[in-house]
Amino acid sequence: MDDLLRDFLTETAENLDLVESDFVRFETEPRNDKILGNIFRLVHTVKGACGFLGLARLEAVAHAAETLMGRFRSGAIATPEAVTLILSAIDRIKEIMADIERTGLEPSGDDEVLISELDRQAAAAVPPPPPAELTPEQKTEATLGRPLKPGEISLDELERIFQEASGPEPVALAAPAANQNATPEPAKPAAAAAAGEETGKDQPSVANQSIRVGVDTLDRLMTMVSELVLTRNQLTDTVRKTGDETFQLPLQRLTHVTAELQEGVMKARMQPIGAAWRAFPRLVRDLSADLGKKIELVMEGGDAELDRQVLDLIKDPLTHMVRNCADHGLEGSAERVAARKPETGTIRLSAFHQGGYVIVEICDDGRGLNPDKIRKKAVANGLATQAEAERMTDQQVYRFIFAPGFSTADKITNVSGRGVGLDVVRANVELIGGSIDLKSAPGAGTTFIIRIPLTLAIISALTVVAGAAAYAIPQLAVLELVHAGARGEHRIEKVGDARLLRLRDQLLPLVGLKSLLSGDSVEDDFDDNALVVVAQSSDEAFGIVVDEVLHTEEIVVKPMASRLKHIPLFAGTTILGDGSVVLILDPNGLAQSVSETARDARVATTEEHTGKVGENSVVPMLVFRAGSGAPKAAPLALLTRLEMIESSKIEIADGRHVVQYRGSLMPLIRASDDLMLSQSGEQPLLVFSDDGRWVGLIVDEILDIVEERIEIGLGSSSIGTQGTAVIAGKATEILDVGYYLTLAFDDWLSRKDRMQETTPQTRILLVDDSSFFRNMLAPALSAAGYRVTPVDGGAAALALVQEGKTFDIVVSDIEMPEMDGFGLAAALRGEPATAQIPIVALSSLTAPEVIQRAYQSGFSDYVAKFDRPGLVATLNALSSDQRRAA
Amino acid sequence: MSHAADARRGFVTVEIAGQLFGIAIERVREVFAPERITRVPLSGEEIAGVLNLRGRIVTAIDMRVRLGRPRSDPTASRMAIGVEKSQEDFALLVDRPGDVIEMDASAIEPTPATLDKSWQAFIQGVYRMEDRLMLILDVDRAIGADELAEAA
Repeated sequence: MDDLLRDFLTETAENLDLVESDFVRFETEPRNDKILGNIFRLVHTVKGACGFLGLARLEAVAHAAETLMGRFRSGAIATPEAVTLILSAIDRIKEIMADIERTGLEPSGDDEVLISELDRQAAAAVPPPPPAELTPEQKTEATLGRPLKPGEISLDELERIFQEASGPEPVALAAPAANQNATPEPAKPAAAAAAGEETGKDQPSVANQSIRVGVDTLDRLMTMVSELVLTRNQLTDTVRKTGDETFQLPLQRLTHVTAELQEGVMKARMQPIGAAWRAFPRLVRDLSADLGKKIELVMEGGDAELDRQVLDLIKDPLTHMVRNCADHGLEGSAERVAARKPETGTIRLSAFHQGGYVIVEICDDGRGLNPDKIRKKAVANGLATQAEAERMTDQQVYRFIFAPGFSTADKITNVSGRGVGLDVVRANVELIGGSIDLKSAPGAGTTFIIRIPLTLAIISALTVVAGAAAYAIPQLAVLELVHAGARGEHRIEKVGDARLLRLRDQLLPLVGLKSLLSGDSVEDDFDDNALVVVAQSSDEAFGIVVDEVLHTEEIVVKPMASRLKHIPLFAGTTILGDGSVVLILDPNGLAQSVSETARDARVATTEEHTGKVGENSVVPMLVFRAGSGAPKAAPLALLTRLEMIESSKIEIADGRHVVQYRGSLMPLIRASDDLMLSQSGEQPLLVFSDDGRWVGLIVDEILDIVEERIEIGLGSSSIGTQGTAVIAGKATEILDVGYYLTLAFDDWLSRKDRMQETTPQTRILLVDDSSFFRNMLAPALSAAGYRVTPVDGGAAALALVQEGKTFDIVVSDIEMPEMDGFGLAAALRGEPATAQIPIVALSSLTAPEVIQRAYQSGFSDYVAKFDRPGLVATLNALSSDQRRAA
Repeated sequence: MSHAADARRGFVTVEIAGQLFGIAIERVREVFAPERITRVPLSGEEIAGVLNLRGRIVTAIDMRVRLGRPRSDPTASRMAIGVEKSQEDFALLVDRPGDVIEMDASAIEPTPATLDKSWQAFIQGVYRMEDRLMLILDVDRAIGADELAEAA
């Protein structure tokens, strides 16, 4: 059952008890307006909440009861029959609620008899005709027998409030244009007797299972947990330095407890994002009336949860976006009809989890943005030159609307269009570490995409060194780490004054952290051999050149001191395990300092590269826990076996852990830096094998094997991980197995290097649209001694071949967008350079006709996608054939 | 000054670039030896950096620089006066702290017009001791909260 519903049940149970007792009192004191006012407020709350939660049956009953009570308020005599009827309506509401509590669903059933009886009584209870020309106050006086006291609400006021609440029947609303949103059908008459009649009255009530805790208490708890995490980090750091074994076991326990406590408190602070949306139906209804447009609001995924602090901060920007859609996005009715669109415009709000973020999309089906108009305006505002504006893609042009003072509204309305807005929204979203982007199609509408981090307080961060000091970079912004070298695959290129990193098929602008922080922007602080942190700001990917990369750890974000808040490069401060204070870099602030020349150079040399944010792949994954932090997962297909070994059998040789395994020493690698080996009992191991070599990855606990469609978030690749995916509802780090293999096999790799002098490496072109598979296979194939060039599609592969790059073997996926594997194979067979070389198909499709078609298109071999040993064996056979032929 | 004539006021005395200053004792949270100050690049000249004081982030202000005096020898030992402003922690770096002294509020004289112009803004008054003059420091000005308000 979702929390919103649970809250509703708890609250309504309390309210109903009050209503009941108040109503009974009202029967004895029919002239006591105070009681009546109370009852109305309570019933109104119940009815409103039902409408919001889409509980049609409850709403219909509450509404009918309310109508009858309305008669009493207008002065009709509360007959005992009528009061009994209302009390029985309350009983019905309770029965339905008890059912909801049990099953999470509103039970089906027929309330027609009850409702029609309520309606009949309401019609019968005719209020005495009010004296003709009385002012509201006088009227109140008439009923009350005295003037209103300060703070009392006149009955007319109550009546107005009451009328404004939307009911099950289309009551005459102030703005008829907006009543289409909440008119649930009254429960249909059905032959079945009310199913909700016999409810489990023995069930414990939710009201007794949950307690309300002050937000202050939770915040204080969070602060204390943060301190605990710091202390834990400090202890771990000390133990790591001294190598004192006696603390390892208690420390390991502390680590687990802290992690669980942290998770628990975080969870307690979570609120559904729908809480921030509650006011929107009303907002849209009002906007609809103000603007004279018919607007329907659709909200989806309101149960996606966020830290309440984040939720508070995101409320205003979201409200602004909804206003913006209603005012700018949607056309007037006449324009819509003329454009052959439904007269009623739709604003769609949806939210879902992705990686460590909640993605909120605000979508309208309005006129869309006009790129030419924005181009003109951008030039007029001096944001771009005419030439620049013309060279930009529409997508780039659209982003100008986030610039300060930019408004394309022709006329200023009282809703929006005053040029304050989207830039403020963007600033607010970025302030909490989120980002905002948009998509638009002329005539079809605009979608804003807001990425919001789940929580602010504790984040995972990469510590880097520049100059004499260390800095933390939020892990969510880090895409990967690259060691650029003059002769390596990733080169630093100079275009004019700007330096760019060539990363696969992309050119990324670079910022030198040292010079940036010293304030001298031109200083040459890095050469061609540089360590680059590839980071993602809200706009673009870029490289940060650092001196050294230390490690990743969970840090507690402390806000920047007020005197230092104006520096855009820093997002906050944190205290590391050793007690030192480290500044947290703000990726968006850093991106601002990417020089214009670098940006231009990049635009000029690369086509718009639209990196995919996430990819869907069905992959069986082994989920396990290692160290603190998120659970980790590795593709099951890469794993050779799972072992439990006696802790006492783990030996230390040459400074590393090894174990006797199958007659030889198997190197052991810890799957996380802060993982502590258990002192006794058994230690779980993931065993990988490669070419007769074995390596064991030490983990704390095997959690599960899942086979589901996972989405790999782009955000958090770092050393040893490929990214973050949500598995079984939890953010999970995907292990980069290749990285750990090379950790264990470094001597083996260097032996391969020596071998290389006599046998040239076989060059492999690896084509797969999924970066997940590229990242998984490339290191594994490199470790097997091949020189791998990964590309993300058929077109890119073909381009490389046509450029004159030579490859010995092509390995390609079949299913790819645009040019698929069949198309690529056929095209490669048409190129002289690749007409003869082996092309290996790699696919999860195993239907015979697909394989048949692959061979017809020109593939020479077909390997199942997860069969890495099979792939390596095939490649070995092919390359040795080639060498013999040569 | 609206203090009654017999009101007593206490000050922590500190020495900055050879001059004696008094800091109202009710503003001083503690006196400590600052350790491991992290420089904040691109921050104001007078910001010595940030440091960790029992889990709280403290902004350290170099009072020598703040008062327009040359930065002290980096190896020289310094002390910090911990103060709080709007629930934020600051540390005023001084050359050395001295005694706590108490006096009648009425003994505080207005800042003489002859005082160094660049110091006028930071000084609330002076107190004549037997052998020297103690300048009473305006803590909020020293922190620079006013400038911040102006900038905002």
